[in-house]
Order: sequence, then C-alpha cells, then structure tokens
Amino acid sequence: MIRRKWITNIFYIPAILLFLFFVIYPFIEGIRISFTNWNGYSQQYKYIGMANYLKMFQDENILTALKNTLIYGVGSTIIQNVLGLSYAILLNTKMKGRTLIRTVVYAPVMISGLVMGYIMYFLVQYDGGALNDILTALGVAPIDWLSDGNRAVIIMTLINSIQYVGISMVIYLAGLQNISSQYYEAAAIDGVSGWQQFRYITVPLLIPAISSSVTLNLIGGLKLFDVIQALTKGGPGYASHSLSTLVANQYFQATNAGYSATIGLFSFVLIMILSNIVTTYFNKKEVYM
Amino acid sequence: MKKKNWWLYLLGLVIIVVHFIPIYILLGVAAKSSMDITSKWILPGYVEWNNFKEALNGGNMLLALKNTAIITVFSVFFVTVIGAFSAYPLARNRSRLNTVVKSFILGIMMIPGLSVLVPLYSTMVKIHGISTYWGIIVVLVTFNLPMSIFLFSNFIAGIPVALEEAAFIDGCNPIQTFFKIILPQLKPVVASVVILTGVGCWNDYQFSLYFLQSPQYRTIPLAVASYFSQTANNMNAAAASALLGVLPVLLLFIFLQKYFIKGMVDSAIK
Repeated sequence: MIRRKWITNIFYIPAILLFLFFVIYPFIEGIRISFTNWNGYSQQYKYIGMANYLKMFQDENILTALKNTLIYGVGSTIIQNVLGLSYAILLNTKMKGRTLIRTVVYAPVMISGLVMGYIMYFLVQYDGGALNDILTALGVAPIDWLSDGNRAVIIMTLINSIQYVGISMVIYLAGLQNISSQYYEAAAIDGVSGWQQFRYITVPLLIPAISSSVTLNLIGGLKLFDVIQALTKGGPGYASHSLSTLVANQYFQATNAGYSATIGLFSFVLIMILSNIVTTYFNKKEVYM
Repeated sequence: MKKKNWWLYLLGLVIIVVHFIPIYILLGVAAKSSMDITSKWILPGYVEWNNFKEALNGGNMLLALKNTAIITVFSVFFVTVIGAFSAYPLARNRSRLNTVVKSFILGIMMIPGLSVLVPLYSTMVKIHGISTYWGIIVVLVTFNLPMSIFLFSNFIAGIPVALEEAAFIDGCNPIQTFFKIILPQLKPVVASVVILTGVGCWNDYQFSLYFLQSPQYRTIPLAVASYFSQTANNMNAAAASALLGVLPVLLLFIFLQKYFIKGMVDSAIK
C-alpha cells in the first residue's frame, strides 16, 4: 500500500557502519592475526600458519582457563536460577517487606563487577578479612581463601552469582505474575498438590523466563572478567584465569598478540555454541497456551 | 494460616541480611581510620572523613567522576538516538534484506567484547583512538547498540500501524511519519535504554582498562582499581573511593527502581 517505505532503511546505515568498522573488521583482522606471531606493537611479524592453534590445544593453561570458564558460566547459571526462582516465588506472595527484599537483592546489579570484587576482598582477605574473623571467633584457624586456584574459582563463582541473582529474580517475578491464577484454581479443584502444580503449571509456563534468565546468566558467567581482575588477576599462577582474562593477559602481559587473538576466537566460538544449544533447547520446550 | 507465615518472614530477613553484607562491610571499612584494627563486622562510632578526602585528592576521584560522566552521557545519547532510528525500518519494513540485517545485529549481541580485543585494540591504535574520549565512546556505543536496537524494535513492533497509515494518507512521507508519529511515543522504552546503557557505561571496566591508558582519562572503575592495587597500606581510603564510585548509581537506583527493573525485564523477555 505504502510505496517508498524502504527509504527509511537509511536510518540503520550509521549502525551498520559502526558494526562493520568496529566489530566485523576487527573480527576478520583477528582471524588474520591468529595466524601470525605478532607481539602486539612491533611493525614486523611473520605468518606462522596453524602454530598458534596447535599450541593452544597443547597448552595446560588453556585447559585450566576453559575448565574455569565453564565453572564460572555453568556454576553461576545454576546458582542464580535456583536462588532467583526461589526469591521470585517468595516475592510473589503477599508478604510485607517484599519491596525491601527486591531492593536489597537487586541493588548489587548496579555496582560494577570490579568494585564488587574489591568489596568482597574485605570478606575473603587473609589478614583481618570478615570471613576469617568469624573463623577465629569460632576457634578455627583462618584460611587464605584465594591461595588455592580451585577454591578461588568457586569463591568467584559465588560472588558473581550473589551479585547478579537479582536479574534472574526480577525476570522470574515478571514471569510468575503473567501466569493466570485460573490455572491454579482449576488445579486446586481437581485436587492437584502444591508440588505438582509447580511441576506441571508453573514450570512449563515459565519456560520463556527460564530461557531468558539461563541465557543471560550463562553468557554473563562465561564472559566473567571484572571480578577475576579484582581478586586474583588469574592467579595463583594461571589457576583461576577465565578465557577472557587470559586473552587480556596474553596480549598485554605476555605480549603475544597472535596467540591472544587465537584464544579470543576460541572463546567466541565456545560462547556461540553453548548459547545456541541452550536457546534451541528452550525453544523446543516452549508451550503455547 | 498466620502460624505458617513466620518462617516466610524469617527467610525474608535472612535474604536481606546476606545480600546486605557487602554494602555493610564497605560502609564500615570506608568509615574507619586506618589505625582502627577492630573486626570488619563492627561499625565504627565515628566517620574518618580523611578517607574520603584522600580518595578525592590522592585517588583523583573528582576527575574520574567527570570523565565517567562525560563518557556515559555521550555514549547513552548516541546509543539511544542511533538505536531508535535503526529500529524503525527493522520493525516496520519486513523485507528479506531487513530480516537479514536484524539477525546480523542480534548476532553481534552475542560477541564478547574481549574476544576481539586484540584486533579492536590495534584498529584503535591505527586511528589514534586510544586514550581519547571519542575512542572509548565509539567502542561503548558499538557494543551497546544491539541491545538498544532490540528493545526499540520490539517496542515499535507493538505500536499499532493505523496511526502511521493515517499519516501517509494525509501526505506525510515515511521519514516525516517517523519523526511525527513514532518518535513521540517512544518515551517508556527510551527510559529503559538510557538506564541499561547508562549503568553499563558507568561501570565499564573491560574496555576502559585498555582503551583509556592515560591517567587523565581515568574513569571511576579504573580509579578504584588503581587505588586498590597501589595503596595496600590504606585500604580504608580505597574503600572510600569505591563507596564514592558506587553511590551515584545506587542512589539513582533507589529512587527510580521501578524503571530500572522494567528496563531489565524488557531487555530479557521477548
């Protein structure tokens, strides 16, 4: 009916130009750099074929970073969704003080992950840390929480989860409020128990919310960077690096830009594959009412 | 019924206490003098204002606040304007080209900024964008745009087309229609985009750390980070700098909570 409507397509040209210049071009450049031994600043470098890729698949540190990235991603996702849904169910009752709970749980989302990391340092530091004060009061020897790589990874997963659980909470709360109470009334008349109502009414109707929340948490956890920089910088040694911090580390500390670009591409492919698997899974599960 | 409720309130209380611990500890440490070696669980009966003075002067927090404000305001402005414009044709002209463009843009949302760190950094070096306001603004705008376009196009798709058709019949061309009919209706989604992007840019660390290396362009997260890594002996002033850095967003959040949460939910659920 309306002709020349395509003329409004000019509206997105600036955006496309930005993407081409600052995402697509660097992305392709990244592929090229990954085949070189560039150090990040020198004018001279050589093409070294697949050497960076071969190195990557034999590198112990990559294996650790990959394992950590999965723990950061999957661990945060599980904790945030279980806690977030529980909080949302609690807030969906008519109890007093709901707004206060929502405010306190959501407020840390506003804080930069880096600053949150530093705040948490006051809890986990060895000398005079808040956690160790409790241990001392209980007569237990204080623990150097971040000195062990595996423990540091778990602690940082917990910190990330507690900080961002508010996101899952508000997504689930919105989802719960969208479910018509008629379903529950009908189920109650049919004598369906509370757990079964949850399993057969709440969960299926929450699939869109679960899908959004899981995808967001997974991507957020897999990209984890700020907290690690604040607390361990990937240490002790390379034990708590994620792929993101390792990319930065290899470029700026190890001046190994070619290798860093290779790890960057690897982390990109990993996040793409995992988030696609999750999205496809939930799309199949979605019910239409 | 009443009897069952007490444990709900107990649970609520536990949740509040657990989630309040970080802020509580931060307040306590920021208020204490560095000589005070009482436990971090104990709030002092005084406020050591020198911590804040030192954070403002030694940590250069005022400069950091100014830099962060400039970068955030310009980034948010461009993300909102470019986002609203880009979304209109994507929501309204359902052509094959535009379907491709839209999925291209949503795909970019998935790319973690750091996976292109090396080439993006070397690109910025080539065009002299390191340690400049415009350099970091361009990067932040680019990586925040997809979400903005996504929110705007969902919102515009929900506006009935009847008004636009009436405008066409009255002789408006498509571009005039956008300005006169669509733009005035975008207020609620503009609020969401401004809040989401604003918080994201205010808190950005991963890009600022590499693209703003000169101290005169230091933003709040960078200032807090350098404080914490340099002054191991005065953690209290470092805590004061962290508190100063998070206070503006926390206060805004407390007063505009409804909009913050609405923005988050809109961006997550299609």
